[in-house]
Amino acid sequence: MPEGLLTVSYIVAGVLFILSLRGLSNQETASRGNLCGVAGMIIAVLATILGGRVGSIGTLMVVMLVGGGIGLIVARRVAMTEMPELVAILHSFVGVAAVLVGIVSHMEPGSLSGTELLIHEIEIVLGVFIGAYTFTGSVIAFLKLRGSIGGKPLTLPLRHQLNLLLVLISVLFGAWFVNGSPEEQLMYLLIIIAIAGLLGIHMIMAIGGADMPVVVSMLNSYSGWAAASAGFMLSNDLLIITGALVGSSGAILSYIMCRGMNRSFISVIAGGFGVAEGTIAVVSKEDDGKEAQSTSAEETADLLRSSKQVIVVPGYGMAVAQAQHIVHEITKNLRSRNVSVKFAIHPVAGRLPGHMNVLLAEANLPYDIVFEMDEINSEFNATDVVLVIGANDIVNPGALDDESSPIFGMPVLEVWDAKTVIVLKRSMATGYSGVGNPLYFRDNTRMLFGDAKESLNKVAALLN
Amino acid sequence: MIIGVLKEIHPGERRVAMAPSVVKQSLKNGHSVMIEQGAGVIANFTDDQYEDSGAEIVENAYQVWKRADVILKIRAPEENHETGEHEAELLRKDSCLICLLNPGRNSELLEMLANTGGTAIAVDQIPRISRAQSMDVLSSMANISGYRAVTEAAHHFGRLFTGQITAAGKIPPAKVLVIGAGVAGLSAVGSAQSLGAIVRAFDTRTSVREEVQSMGAEYLEIKFEEDGAGSGGYAKTMSKEFIEAEMKLFAEQAKEVNIIITTAAIPGKKSPILITKEMVESMIPGSVIVDLAAEGGGNCELTIPGETCVHKKVTIIGLTDLPSRLPTQASQLFSNNTAKLIQHLCPDAKLNLDLDDEITGAITVVHDGKVIWDPEKPKPTAEPVAQPLKQETLVTEDHAKLSVKESKNGFWLKLLTWTFAAGLVVLLGFGGSSEFLSHITVFVLACFVGYMVVWNVSPSLHTPLMSVTNAISGIIVIGGMTHLSGDQIILPAVAVLIATVNIVGGFLVTSRMLEMFQK
Repeated sequence: MPEGLLTVSYIVAGVLFILSLRGLSNQETASRGNLCGVAGMIIAVLATILGGRVGSIGTLMVVMLVGGGIGLIVARRVAMTEMPELVAILHSFVGVAAVLVGIVSHMEPGSLSGTELLIHEIEIVLGVFIGAYTFTGSVIAFLKLRGSIGGKPLTLPLRHQLNLLLVLISVLFGAWFVNGSPEEQLMYLLIIIAIAGLLGIHMIMAIGGADMPVVVSMLNSYSGWAAASAGFMLSNDLLIITGALVGSSGAILSYIMCRGMNRSFISVIAGGFGVAEGTIAVVSKEDDGKEAQSTSAEETADLLRSSKQVIVVPGYGMAVAQAQHIVHEITKNLRSRNVSVKFAIHPVAGRLPGHMNVLLAEANLPYDIVFEMDEINSEFNATDVVLVIGANDIVNPGALDDESSPIFGMPVLEVWDAKTVIVLKRSMATGYSGVGNPLYFRDNTRMLFGDAKESLNKVAALLN
Repeated sequence: MIIGVLKEIHPGERRVAMAPSVVKQSLKNGHSVMIEQGAGVIANFTDDQYEDSGAEIVENAYQVWKRADVILKIRAPEENHETGEHEAELLRKDSCLICLLNPGRNSELLEMLANTGGTAIAVDQIPRISRAQSMDVLSSMANISGYRAVTEAAHHFGRLFTGQITAAGKIPPAKVLVIGAGVAGLSAVGSAQSLGAIVRAFDTRTSVREEVQSMGAEYLEIKFEEDGAGSGGYAKTMSKEFIEAEMKLFAEQAKEVNIIITTAAIPGKKSPILITKEMVESMIPGSVIVDLAAEGGGNCELTIPGETCVHKKVTIIGLTDLPSRLPTQASQLFSNNTAKLIQHLCPDAKLNLDLDDEITGAITVVHDGKVIWDPEKPKPTAEPVAQPLKQETLVTEDHAKLSVKESKNGFWLKLLTWTFAAGLVVLLGFGGSSEFLSHITVFVLACFVGYMVVWNVSPSLHTPLMSVTNAISGIIVIGGMTHLSGDQIILPAVAVLIATVNIVGGFLVTSRMLEMFQK
């Protein structure tokens, strides 16, 4: 296959990737977007093989079949609630791949010299650095999302200075790498990888649970930059285009989410949110003296039956309890009784952006009764019952009026404006950000303790 | 005690001071009631109804004036054009007149009443305290005026209030601005709202914001640290700067709204001019202004009290008899209020004026041949004095300072970033090889494409988008593939393996997610 045809194939693949992202930004065109991505990828891989760039096609086939098989199984098996973890761990794969490509590209004897060699070597350093950072960062994010590591941010003293120091040391080793003899170079490169890995661990450990959605999206962006740097190493425009696309789109996505949480982008990336004051488990003043009022499934069913408008606010708890299907049952039941049912989705509900939408869609809930925070916040005062299912921080009134609260300033769903708020929760424990919630002690709030799925099953049975 | 009810002689007045249902109540309380023949006819209360309720029908006003101990009326006494006599002169020395007197504007009338030696009680002077709420005639009448203001406006307004989308096209909803959110204002807000209009309301007292919003209207604000809550539940006069800001707001609104209802009346004083001639002329042709403060001269410069006029296609309604235009209900409410008042004045069926009483002292304007009304008497208020907005203002000031500081910092930061970027670009231009530069070009352009493409993504698609970008970043597989030769086979093979997991897993998961999205 002539060189020109290869280039043209790469252009086509690049365009298909752009179309893919474009398609994914709208509900109607999303599936087509995904297909565009698949097509682009197939074209890119085929063109590379046919272009005669691959030495051992046999090995390639075996490796790709194995990899594809693993991917297939993982993607089939994973439950929708485990989606955040899956996405996080997949990011780490890109990171590893980037590191490997960097090392290999360094070991490959090149024909470059002078400035071009210098640039090439800088590209390698950058590539492995970003790759390693993405890898360890994603692994930590994965573990945090699985709950293997606690959600609380780890904050070492002088951590910003520490991070800066790590970066500076990497730069130093990078300089030695560029100037060093071939034997030393590999060692320097491995040291840089180790430092970048350490930095990734430290940075992501310092980010609090509430910011996890942003982190996942940010790691997505890093994996893109890693691919782009590999593209520079290999002088491959397709890799550069794709990496830059993914990198910038991930960064923008993170930025959009930060704006949704009224949080500074920089401070989220720097980590350590919520601990600046040294107070994690802030117990709100309402806690003393006032007790939360609990309710029963019977009372809940009665309330729901006699209301005109019900708004459901799902949170991570719904995902954990896998309660989305029973929520849909109840929704259908209420709608058949002419009760208007709406869903209010906070931009950071769940553990990754759009998490709730995915779960509700899985339960076949029509998406035109699902509303965003800005669309629905004004409707709470005309609502009879709000059903808060395993959500905490996103319905915390302290974010609006308690300046000492770490989440002060974050826009929240103003559920307390409704006549009655029913909160389904396992216990009175704090949310992922570790902040107490004064909502539970309001006069119009009732707590329905227990596993969300079991409680809702009871409610559904009573409604029938 | 005999309560006498007069027929109103003011031209166009349709109300009557007592409704038949209240007659019964008064009898129960130990009074007897006499009513002038035909007094309630225009308000749809027939003499038969009064008779059935137990009232005595008398032929003319003289009998009422002569025999009744307490004389009930709506409007202040005035000269009877048929007989040439002034009603005030008919008051007996030992009797008591209860009606709207507006003592602030009728000092001559008060003198005439004082000359008779009788007692006069002005129901418009009832203090606005909780205890007196059931007697507050002004509130009852204001409520009706507010409603009627909207229906009057609707009558003169050549359009529907409500917005509709019909087969014949779209009708935009009317926009109504209510100035002054007192009883009349709030009532107008509610009525206009229920007709389907978009309603905005303005009041100098920030304490009424919630009330306005509770009626479903938008509360217009001007950023200014002054609260207009005065004594007695009325708004006080504001500073010059505030008024300027306020007028600016009105001028802006006038261009936009279809209907303006003004209610800024200051009891006993001339109403402030809020809508100037220019504002009227800036309104959309066909617009309507209802001036509920017309009695005191009007809030609109062009208002003619008591009349409806049209100025350059804008109708200005200055009617002062709005409650009288709904006479049945207005009479009912008026008489309920006065019945409560009489109850208060005569606890044991006998008139007993305790001038030290907060209510009685405030409303008794003429007694024992003297005018005892004191316009400067402070009136207690029913509403808690609204907190001035001090705190809020401070906060906003702080914010302003902060943002100024931030924007300054932001400026330097931006300058620094851009200088750095420019330096980098120049450096690249000198140092980079042409191949590298072409890569950079591609890179920068792709970054922008990514930015443009993702900027408007719908939030519900964040997860699928992330998952698909993740799959796409598996393109790094090509990096592994191109190195899959020679002695370096293991590392590239591992790279290809995991990148493939990423690609296949990412695309499959995305399509699984997307399949679930359905309408």
